[in-house]
Amino acid sequence: MKLREDQIERYSRQILLPNVGGKGQEKLLNAKVLIIGAGGLGSPAGLYLASAGIGKIGIVDSDVVELNNLQRQILHATSDVGNAKVLSAKERLNNINPDVEVIAHRLRLTSENILDVIKDYDIILDGSDNFPTRYLVNDACVLSEKPLSHGGILKFDGQAITILPGKSACYRCLFPEPPPPGLVPSCQEAGILGAVAGLIGTIQANEVLKYILGIGDLLTGKLLIFNALDPSFRQVKVPKDPKCQLCGERPTVTELIDYEEFCHVRSSQTLSVD
Amino acid sequence: MSITVRVPTPLQRLTQNQAEVKANGANIKELIEDLEKNFPGIKERICDETGEIRRFMNIYVNEEDVRFLQDDTTPLKDGDEVSMIPAIAGGRQ
Repeated sequence: MKLREDQIERYSRQILLPNVGGKGQEKLLNAKVLIIGAGGLGSPAGLYLASAGIGKIGIVDSDVVELNNLQRQILHATSDVGNAKVLSAKERLNNINPDVEVIAHRLRLTSENILDVIKDYDIILDGSDNFPTRYLVNDACVLSEKPLSHGGILKFDGQAITILPGKSACYRCLFPEPPPPGLVPSCQEAGILGAVAGLIGTIQANEVLKYILGIGDLLTGKLLIFNALDPSFRQVKVPKDPKCQLCGERPTVTELIDYEEFCHVRSSQTLSVD
Repeated sequence: MSITVRVPTPLQRLTQNQAEVKANGANIKELIEDLEKNFPGIKERICDETGEIRRFMNIYVNEEDVRFLQDDTTPLKDGDEVSMIPAIAGGRQ
């Protein structure tokens, strides 16, 4: 693959970096990244990944843009309200960078379809907004050995971790069980500052770029914790759990399960999963 | 002996909105009891009915998860920082 003149110009500021170079740029242009959720985390992540020249970006979302999304979901504009999020996301990313092939997956991820959706991608970025989807994505990535960048946000707090299946701790090693419904509020109930979503989504994009380029250290085996009010970034250790039901020594979860049941949400609320 | 406890946002209603409080205890169990004395109601948010630490609420002594140390009997010393970190799910909405 030979970079075109306009590509050398477009990506010059990152090609200049000693551990990126033309070779690194080619890796980015050949990479395939799936973003789950075109929302608060997926928006900044998508913008940076498309700008950096990721060759193929898939976006999964089943929702339409609502006015109350625009405070933080910076892929979408006022004129997009009422339209499918994946379509405004695709249009925006195509406008930024025509090098990028954007695939819109307008669907809700389930145990039945997720393995098929993720199989063509090199790395998955989870920007979903509920526990059933988070555990579904984690389990699907570990079972199909796909690297995963996980991010979570609430109010003024953010968390991020990168998961290399088989090598580093998975989300179940970190949190073996989801909280019962109602104990940890959602952003819809508790609120979220848009810039907090921006920071965590950008950290996830940064993890994806480093993974593709093969540079630096990843957030594997550690959880990054951000608080916007302090403001502080901290890290805690996340060892691989030998008792993990998914990736431990004696796994009991060997195929995808019913995640709404696992998270006890079926009867108590209607889910809007991506 | 003084331990710094970092309180996660969802529990700050119980600590008069303080993100950081001081507490005492020779181990995690004692620390939780001491917190409960000063901030009634906090224990049931951290522990289940049997007194075990809830599985979606991780407790770290400095950078280490107590599940990989000695759970609630993990010893504490003066100056330790204890963080409680719950799972959070937001992102798309």
